[in-house]
Formats: sequence, C-alpha cells, structure tokens
Amino acid sequence: MAHHKEVIYGLYNDEEDLLKAIKQANTLQLPIMDVFTPFPVHGLDPALHLTESRLHRGGFVYGMLGLLTAFLGMTWIFTRDWPIIFGGKPYWSVPAFIPITFELTVLFAAWGMTITFYIVCGLGPGVTNQVLDERITDDKFCIAFNKSETDNSKVNDFFKSTGAAEVNSKVM
Amino acid sequence: MSVVVSPIREPLVRGSKTYHQITEDLCAATERAPSLAWTIAFIVASSTLAFGVFCICWTIWFGIGTWNLNRTVGWGWDITNFVWWIGIGHAGTLISAILLLFRQKWRTGVNRAAEAMTIFAVICAALFPIIHVGRQWVVYFFFPYPNTRGPVWPNFNSPLLWDLFAISTYFSVSLLFWYTGLVPDFATVRDRARGWRKKFYNILSFGWTGSAKHWQRWEALCLVLAGISTPLVLSVHTIVSFDFATSVIPGWHTTIFPPYFVAGAIFSGFAMVQTLMLITRKVLKLEDYITLEHIESMNKVILLTGTIVGVAYLTELFIAWYSGYVYEQFAFFNRALGPYWWSYFGMMACNVLSPQLFWSKKIRRSIYWTFLMSIFVNIGMWFERFVIIATTLARDYLPSSWSLYSPSWVEIGIFIGTLGIFFTFYLIFVRVAPVVAIAEIKHILKAAGDQYVDKNNAAFKEAALHLPAHEEEHAEAHH
Repeated sequence: MAHHKEVIYGLYNDEEDLLKAIKQANTLQLPIMDVFTPFPVHGLDPALHLTESRLHRGGFVYGMLGLLTAFLGMTWIFTRDWPIIFGGKPYWSVPAFIPITFELTVLFAAWGMTITFYIVCGLGPGVTNQVLDERITDDKFCIAFNKSETDNSKVNDFFKSTGAAEVNSKVM
Repeated sequence: MSVVVSPIREPLVRGSKTYHQITEDLCAATERAPSLAWTIAFIVASSTLAFGVFCICWTIWFGIGTWNLNRTVGWGWDITNFVWWIGIGHAGTLISAILLLFRQKWRTGVNRAAEAMTIFAVICAALFPIIHVGRQWVVYFFFPYPNTRGPVWPNFNSPLLWDLFAISTYFSVSLLFWYTGLVPDFATVRDRARGWRKKFYNILSFGWTGSAKHWQRWEALCLVLAGISTPLVLSVHTIVSFDFATSVIPGWHTTIFPPYFVAGAIFSGFAMVQTLMLITRKVLKLEDYITLEHIESMNKVILLTGTIVGVAYLTELFIAWYSGYVYEQFAFFNRALGPYWWSYFGMMACNVLSPQLFWSKKIRRSIYWTFLMSIFVNIGMWFERFVIIATTLARDYLPSSWSLYSPSWVEIGIFIGTLGIFFTFYLIFVRVAPVVAIAEIKHILKAAGDQYVDKNNAAFKEAALHLPAHEEEHAEAHH
C-alpha cells in the first residue's frame, strides 16, 4: 500500500453500546474513521451522518437503459433492418415487445446496480481488504479512529467511558 | 433491550442464542468433515447426475428419435420437466424477495437455502429446452446478436423467445441476489478459517469488511433487487404459461393460465423447500433456526396457493362447459376421462385435496405430515404439467392423428439425472456456504430470539393483568 496509517479501534459487545458510544463521540467531536459491524445495525446511518445511498437512482438509470435497448432494438430490427411479417401482424407489434422489454429492464437494473455496488465499495473477486479484527464478522462491533487525526488520550478515555470491551491499534 | 414486537409473535430463533453462538452453529457445517449421511447422499446424487449426463449424451449423439415423442405429441417429459423445475425455483425468489418487501421475519431462516434451490432448479429447467431443440451446437442462434447470416434475427413476437429472455434474466438476477447476500457470510467463514480455506473464502467474500457504509449500500441493493425480483418472478411463470396460452390448442388457449401458473409455481416451490428444509434442519441440527414456526408459515403458503390452484382447475372446467365450445369441452372431458385419467386424478388428489389438510394446525405443525405432504405436492405438480402437455396433445383436432405417448428410458434417465444435478449442487452448497443467512439471523435476533420474545410477552401479560380498572374503562371508551 502506498501510505500506511495507524488505526486505533475499540470493540463493543453489543450494538446498543456501539450506538451510545457513537453518540458520545459525536458530542465529543471525535472524528470517527469507520464503524464495522457483523450485521446491518439500524440507527447507525443517522448516528454517523451517512447520507442515503444513491444506488437506487443508479438502478433506475440502468433500468431505463435496458428498457430503451430492448424496445428500440426490437423496433429497429423489425421495422428497418429486416422486416418480416409474422402471422399477418404489423411489423411494429408493440404488445409483443413488452415481455422482452420488461426482462431487459430488470436485467440491466440488477446487473448495473450490483456491479456499481461492488465498484463503489471497492469489493470484488480477488480483492483483499485488511481486516481490523477477525471477530468483527462474528460478534464484535468496532469503532475505528485514524491515530494521526485524533488526540490519543482523548480516544482512550472515550473508549473507557463508553464501555469498550477491548482497545487495540493496528497499522493499515 | 429487545425490540417491541406484537405478543402474538412466536420466537424464530430458539435456544437463547448469542451472536457468537449463531456464528458457531451456522458455520459448523462448512468447517467439519462431511458426515456419513452426507457422503452417501453425495455418492447417490452424483451417480444419478452421471447417468443423466449419459442420457443427455445419448440424446445428442443419436438424436431426439431416442425419445418417444411422435408427430402428434411433440412435447412430452422434456417440457413437463422444464415447467416443473422452473416452478420449483419460484419459491426461492418468493421467500427472498416478496417476503422481504412484506417484512416477514421468518424468511431469514430459510431464504438462503431457498434461493440456492432456485438457482439449481433453474439450471435443471434450462437444460430441457436446450436438449429439446435437437441441434444444441447452434443454440446460441436464439440470442439476438449481429451475425453474418443476413443478419437474421430471432422472432421477438414468439413466446418461446420471451421465455429465453425471462429465464436467462431470472437465473442471472437470482444469482446476483443470492451471491450478494452470501458475501458477508463468506467473510464470517473467512475470518474463522485458517490455511487454504482462508484463501478460498477470501476470494469468495470479495474482501468484505463490514464497514457501516458498505452495509448501508448492501441493504439498499438488496431492497431494490427484491423490488425488481418480485415482478420478475411473476413475469417468468406468466411467460412460461404464454408458451401454452398463446397457442390455439384447446385446453391451452386460456386467459387463466398466467395467474394459475404463478400460483402453481409457488405452490410446488414451497413443497420442495419443505422437503429440503426438513432434511437439512435435521441433518445439520438447525432446529433452533428453522423452527416449527417457519414450517407452519410455509404450510400456510402451501394451503393458500394450493387452494388457488384448486380454484383455477375448477374454473377451467366451468369455463370449458360454459363456453359452449366443443373442442374446449372435449379437451377437459379427455383430461378427466381420457387415456391419461390417472394423471388427472393424481393431480387433483395431490394438489387440491391433500393441501386442505393444512387447515388443521396440528398437521401444519407436524414434521411427518409436512414431509409427506411436500412429496405429494411435488408429485401432484409434476402430474399437472403432464396433464396439460401430453394429455392435451395426444387428442388433437383430427381423430385420425390421435396418438399416445409414454417416455423412453432416455427421457426417464434425463429426468432422474436432473434430480441428481439438483441434489449434487445442493449438497455441495451446504458444505461450502452457510445454509442459514448468518448476518440476517443476527439482525433479527433481538426481535425474534426466544429470550427476547418470551420476556416481551411475559411483560405484556404482566401489564395486561395489572391494568388498573379505570384504565381498562378508559381503553374501552376509546374503542
């Protein structure tokens, strides 16, 4: 990695303790680097002032792209590129195009959103992200601070007062 | 602190589990050496798979003539099996998507396995049209791509092509949904593993860390995937039914087909989920996570969809009579009293009568009854497709071309082979991935764990008992 940073982190045993601690950190104006949890904890987003994900907007755009690809594609093929009469129906038989248009809308939306999700999160096949503590994916709830951005003694006091089960540091 | 839940809710996680115990319990199956039962099951399943592959090769080598299809009956076991498998897949998406939108917490115990089942069932289903086309080596002609043959395009007005799009989309979207749900759980397994297993799960887990922002996006993604999978799953079986309904064959050309097929698909899919779950929970000792509550909820869905299917059968019969159209009337007379009467009565008994037993709470909560019924429904729904396809085709407009059909050993072999494929994949899945979604169970623990729910209910009863008299009057006055 290009630049190393030292991370100090505290582990909590319960999500209630974690949420209380985050509120405390906000009042103390400690800059939280990241929070790691074993499952999606509700109430975490507002506590960390995370803005709502824009993934669904992306999904709408991808979906529209799929819709247009399918509908315009079939229109072009059956009216311009190679018009064929099937059973005396018009070349541009819109009702018959609906099923495929719908399927491609869903297909594009799903693939587009999922790929976007993995790219913006920096996840994907072959990606190895350093794990702060192996118990984070089990039963520990973690608040991490960048050591260079915070006052060490303040952070230690904060972890002690909010009931962190463990406090450790790691170079990432 | 527990989350406030209605006192009528039963716990969905038993055994007063802690987060760590959940991890231990649900990862265990991937971490220990395979049991004897698993090994025997795997040998049986993979041998059946091998026999299926042999029969498929036989078909491709000698041609479709090795099947007993004839000029009158052009669709036999192949399309029956195709529709049966694709229907089974539907329960997985229903559980993972529709129940997520309805915020049904009991989905978390069974969604992972049901989604896996969907994917394997769709693979089995997709095999049949591919084999059935006869010239498998040019099967890519189905896809519209600029080509040097004109370019000649597929017929976008054909329901068979709609089906290709529906099933390909369904398969790939289900796969994305399932895998995205698995990523955090693979990370859990990774962080417990050592040596080559750590490397293996590191690849599977895509570098998941559990960061708050990632979880937020993950939830947003899962919700939208659920939102678009819901109309997708309904569309898939609707389009499968169009394969029949847009034709001009009496008994097929009916507007009731789409809803009737969708209900039937969910019905048969839930039966297969029950068959698998009852074995899985027993063998992997997951009784605390897949509880009687889950089984009862699924039995209620079977009862509902089975009744919808029953109403559809009766509606078809009524409309055939009411239409005054002799060909339609004959088609239904022929189904019930023609040469394949046994499959019609098998279908009626298994699909319409047997699920009615689930009105009894005792039967709904009985493991043995549920297992027996799930097998009945699986058989009944196979009969339904056979009735629709072979029975109808065998007696067409022209009595001189009437025919009968019974499968050849190759057709039976391919069907048994797909059962082998399905169970082989499922058995590999239970060894590699956590069968119950770990993160999702942890997420509902405080709302559905027995230590929280029971305390909550006890507190509720306490409060109800000690409600002072005037407050009760006050409450009544409000009503």
